[in-house]
Amino acid sequence: MTKPKGFEKPSGVRDYVPYAVSKLRRIERDVLDCMSRWGYRQIMTPTMEYYDTVGVASSTSDRKLFKLLNNRGTTLVLRSDMTAPIARVVSSLLKEEPLPIRLSYHANVFRAIEEEAGREAEFFQTGVELVGDDSPEADAEVVALAIESLKAAGVSSFKIAMGHVGFLNGLFDEILPGSTEAQQSLKEGLLSRDFVGFRKTISELGVTDEQRNWLEGLLRLRGGQEICDQALELSGHPLARASISHLCKVWEVLEAYGVSEHVLIDLTMIGDFSYYTGMTFEGYASELGFPVCSGGRYNNLLKQFGRDVPATGFALKTNRILDGVNGVQEAAVLPVLVRYDAAHRKEGLAEAARLRAQGQSVVTLLIDGDHTGPDAAQPGATSQAYGEVITYGGSLG
Amino acid sequence: MAETLKVAMPKGRIYKKASALFREAGLPIPEEVDESRKLVIPLPELGMEFILAKPVDVPTFVEYGAADIGIVGKDVMMEENRDVYELLDLGIARCRMSVIGLPDWKPGIQQRVATKYPNVASQYFREQGQQVEVIKLNGSIELAPLIGLSDRIVDMVETGQTLRENGLVEMNSIFEITSRLVANRVSYRMKNGQIQSLCDRLQKVISASE
Repeated sequence: MTKPKGFEKPSGVRDYVPYAVSKLRRIERDVLDCMSRWGYRQIMTPTMEYYDTVGVASSTSDRKLFKLLNNRGTTLVLRSDMTAPIARVVSSLLKEEPLPIRLSYHANVFRAIEEEAGREAEFFQTGVELVGDDSPEADAEVVALAIESLKAAGVSSFKIAMGHVGFLNGLFDEILPGSTEAQQSLKEGLLSRDFVGFRKTISELGVTDEQRNWLEGLLRLRGGQEICDQALELSGHPLARASISHLCKVWEVLEAYGVSEHVLIDLTMIGDFSYYTGMTFEGYASELGFPVCSGGRYNNLLKQFGRDVPATGFALKTNRILDGVNGVQEAAVLPVLVRYDAAHRKEGLAEAARLRAQGQSVVTLLIDGDHTGPDAAQPGATSQAYGEVITYGGSLG
Repeated sequence: MAETLKVAMPKGRIYKKASALFREAGLPIPEEVDESRKLVIPLPELGMEFILAKPVDVPTFVEYGAADIGIVGKDVMMEENRDVYELLDLGIARCRMSVIGLPDWKPGIQQRVATKYPNVASQYFREQGQQVEVIKLNGSIELAPLIGLSDRIVDMVETGQTLRENGLVEMNSIFEITSRLVANRVSYRMKNGQIQSLCDRLQKVISASE
């Protein structure tokens, strides 16, 4: 590779200029405040973790992890999400804390992804984990909080699609008992969103016409509460039925929260099977081409860190929201300029201190007799960059 | 009033077949659109907007949400590996991806394969347990074995006419190709009603012709 030019940075990472930072901070603050009002306490964990602990436990595939070696030759990873590090903390430092534990975070995470715009190597996630509660109430709480968080972030028009890993596991096991390979290829069809491949797999399975209709009917199982009833008719498998009745209860709680209008049940919605164990969901905003949040239940993760407790949570993809949310821009507050000549320095600085103590943003400027700075030369520019100009000293015009 | 559905259409070979399919499905795409050189064509009476793209770019437009849905060959889907919903096999522009060579081909020491589809070719030969050198070309792939650039090629075969005229033979078929209806991940949820109803109308035509 040629030597990078001075302005270049590695692909997939980006700079945030003051305008973007104030927008990002606004989103971060409003979302974290919202989470705090729901009783979630903020947590911070290190940027680097061991590959063998957090790296292996995370849901990110191996080739997407940023790996590095420390000075002893141990492999480290840059964290690819906050869920695995939080699982580590909950299982160690917070081991004695009574359950349930509610934690929130805003953090940068890293993924080694192909070089292309929109696929970032470093990005921000703002999210929560609710550890130690396996109930539908807990699942509904994180979905409802995800909805409130999206609103707090300023996303106006969005939808949440919610599914359940257990339903598909049960249904596939009922129709194709024992043939894990066929089950796996059906799941892969759904996971890679290849419905054509999914239908092709079904037609090659040699199942009855009725079963074939069931399986193909899955692709249309989308909607509100009525989907739960339809799904219950589809499967007599205990796991599938338990999953659906769990999802029904989640829906009821969401109705009680008054947010079910934003949610649709989609039983083809599946997250990573090896990671999620129950309800999963994803959020979509009309202004953005990529999902803005994702989450679900992952009851097997904490076990890997020695504390076998259930957990559920979600993360907002804060960068994407930053790119999509334009309407809620705060009016930038211009600083006050306090100008003084050498003879009035003390008064000028005292006034600046007084204004700062009141919470104002103040910039100070010494103007001597032969000062030829831009502010002195162009008084017009001064009034544009500053909300107010206060002058101490007789010789200044 | 529903929002406009942005449809990425592939320019060239597939376009006419796709627009004919739309017409059969009761979506009267005006004939003059077929001949137009405009890149963005509003079709307000259908609630749609056509975006005419190079076929290989269709899944890219759809993945990023610049288009809600698109029509694209399976060959491009396999090569580009984009994260989109593959909703429907349209059954048009049917052909196949094949390995092609001269009739007297024998495995040499250094095997070279020329193709427009380097990802497809690499993956196929890896699965076959063969290590080959893949050379990316942008057109007239059949030229490569004729003038000794490569000993085999991987390319799309429709009728086999070009192969026969150039004395080449199809050695293996890798997969069948048809055009697919694909959708953006977000649009699939946010504009689900429109997309599903389009799917249903197209499905009806496809099933009838099978």
